[in-house]
Amino acid sequence: MKNKTEENINDSEPNKETPAYSGVLAVKVDDLTVAYNYKPVLWDIDLEIPEGVLMAIVGPNGAGKSTLIKSILSILKPIAGSVTIYGKPYDKQRKLVAYVPQKGSVDWDFPTTALDVVMMGTYGSLGWIKRPRQKEKKAALEALEKVGMLAFKSRQISQLSGGQQQRIFLARALVQNASIYFMDEPFQGVDATTEIAIINILKELRKAGKTVIVVHHDLQTVPEYFDWVTFLNVKKIATGPVKDIFNDDNLTKTYGINYKVSIQE
Amino acid sequence: MDITEYFSLVFTDYTLRTITLGTALLGAVTGMLGSFAVLRKQSLLGDAISHAALPGIAIAFLITGAKDSNILLLGALVSGLVGTFWIRAIITKTHLKSDTALGLILSLFFGFGMLLLTFIQKQPNANQAGLDKYLFGQAATLVESDVWMMAIVTGICLFVLLLFWKEFKTLLFDADYTKTLGFNTKFIDILITTFIVLAIVLGLQTVGVVLMSAMLLAPAAAARQWTNSLATMVFLAAIFGAFSGVFGTAISASQNNLSTGPVIVLVAAVFVVFSFIFSPSRGLLFKQIRFIKNRRDLELHKTLAFMHHIAETHENISHPHAIKLLNNFQGFTKKTLQKLVEKNYATIDGSMWSLTDLGFETAANLYTKQSTEDE
Ligand SMILES: Nc1ncnc2c1ncn2[C@@H]1O[C@H](COP(=O)(O)OP(=O)(O)OP(=O)(O)O)[C@@H](O)[C@H]1O
Ligand SMILES: [Mg+2]
Repeated sequence: MKNKTEENINDSEPNKETPAYSGVLAVKVDDLTVAYNYKPVLWDIDLEIPEGVLMAIVGPNGAGKSTLIKSILSILKPIAGSVTIYGKPYDKQRKLVAYVPQKGSVDWDFPTTALDVVMMGTYGSLGWIKRPRQKEKKAALEALEKVGMLAFKSRQISQLSGGQQQRIFLARALVQNASIYFMDEPFQGVDATTEIAIINILKELRKAGKTVIVVHHDLQTVPEYFDWVTFLNVKKIATGPVKDIFNDDNLTKTYGINYKVSIQE
Repeated sequence: MDITEYFSLVFTDYTLRTITLGTALLGAVTGMLGSFAVLRKQSLLGDAISHAALPGIAIAFLITGAKDSNILLLGALVSGLVGTFWIRAIITKTHLKSDTALGLILSLFFGFGMLLLTFIQKQPNANQAGLDKYLFGQAATLVESDVWMMAIVTGICLFVLLLFWKEFKTLLFDADYTKTLGFNTKFIDILITTFIVLAIVLGLQTVGVVLMSAMLLAPAAAARQWTNSLATMVFLAAIFGAFSGVFGTAISASQNNLSTGPVIVLVAAVFVVFSFIFSPSRGLLFKQIRFIKNRRDLELHKTLAFMHHIAETHENISHPHAIKLLNNFQGFTKKTLQKLVEKNYATIDGSMWSLTDLGFETAANLYTKQSTEDE
């Protein structure tokens, strides 16, 4: 399995839109097994994510996509396995990684404003005790502008629509100015305009050489949005360039039913 | 003594001053910390901690045989902390729901504490009388050193809150994310919980095991109604808590045989009820008023839109039309037309109406786009 992945990296010719895969691994997951109770929800995952890709993680509900991201980010403690970011343990590389959680994971009735939430993205580089200052505020405002939410900066977060809340979360991650972005369903419940706005931001990140990993549910848009894809259902089914491995065979293996959504081209 | 007499005495009478200061400080510190419990949806936490403290009091008494309140409260602190960390352990290790863990520890420790208390009461020890004050509290037994203790804890708590403000805030809003930022969330969590335990233990003598959690929750729940900022909420909760303490003491002091703890809690409850009804943004009253106003506006807008629909068919938008035309439009009354005239959206001439430019424009923009402007 491992060899095949490496081959894929070397095989894929760099196209104009995506930077050449330098062969540098941004994220490497080895033998990762995770369980909440007795039954593992992730089983022996090996995963190598090259630097500079825009990767989709696809799989049915309950496949363990969120769990995989949370384990990579050390939010959950795996039973076995290890994760390295640019060759070093995650603990040493935190500042290189930003996270956009699933929107439903927080209470949006929390007494705070949109700007305040985005400012939280600066706390990691600030460290303990130090307060955000003008510089941090400026960065947060810029991120709000990038996601088109500047007009809502003082809005109480419960008074934002679902798509707007999603943009706020995205802005919070952008402020972190990381090298690797993990996003858990950033397109969940957003309209077409917001989806385009978000995907443009993601493509911009890729252009800047960042690695972006996105949990994604809409299979139709995978070839259009992403250049790399991982199929996941408790085990890793496949990972590699979209044009090589995004096919009915892998979709059927992942989703269990016979897939006939052949991709364009 | 009546209330006015109380307020004239509170600055000169030693006992009264001690009790008032004590209850005010207690209310302030529990109010502040209560905000955190409320926002983490751990409403049972206060209850669990205060009940978990009871066996500590009994054991401390059994060991020392003394009734010195500091030693007993030290016992309460230890068993309160033990209970709290057991709760944490149960939640993280067993995947039981957090309220199950809280309820479990609460009843376990309280049952054990009551058992010890009944055992102590059967002992031929003159000192044992009065231990049950920790069940319902007895503010009258507060002495100056107790108040100093409360002042010190409140001071330290305030300092720590200010120091770790940003860490507390992110943890409350999004614990997982805070972890990815590199903060030790366990440390922040333990810090905050330890202060909650401290504040509760300090309040046992005054308010008692049974009602203590209300001191934690009521001021914070009331404060939440008035603001959308965490800082303001914590500040207001402290103020509400302190006022509950002072007014509760005043009322119970002026009505000779009312015990202080329950009165303080009742005053805090009044704050809650008042806030739930009268707060401008979240209160029931203003919600209802806004609802009625919105419905009126909607009727007005519907009529205006209908008129716009008619006026549109004409080249001259101010061309007069018969009022009769509107009669078969649902929701139309003479009063709505009158209102539109008042707002300068339309004019009436005899039995004819016509839209003004302003009215035409307003109608055209009515439902095209929701306002995105803020502030
Ligand atoms: N906190 C938890 N405790 C116990 N089991 C959990 C917990 N969180 C998730 N699970 C289980 O782990 C499995 C994987 O969940 P996960 O949230 O990772 O799925 P997912 O692929 O993100 O699904 P979705 O598409 O619905 O977001 C599911 O079977 C789920 O029931
Ligand atoms: Mg998920």
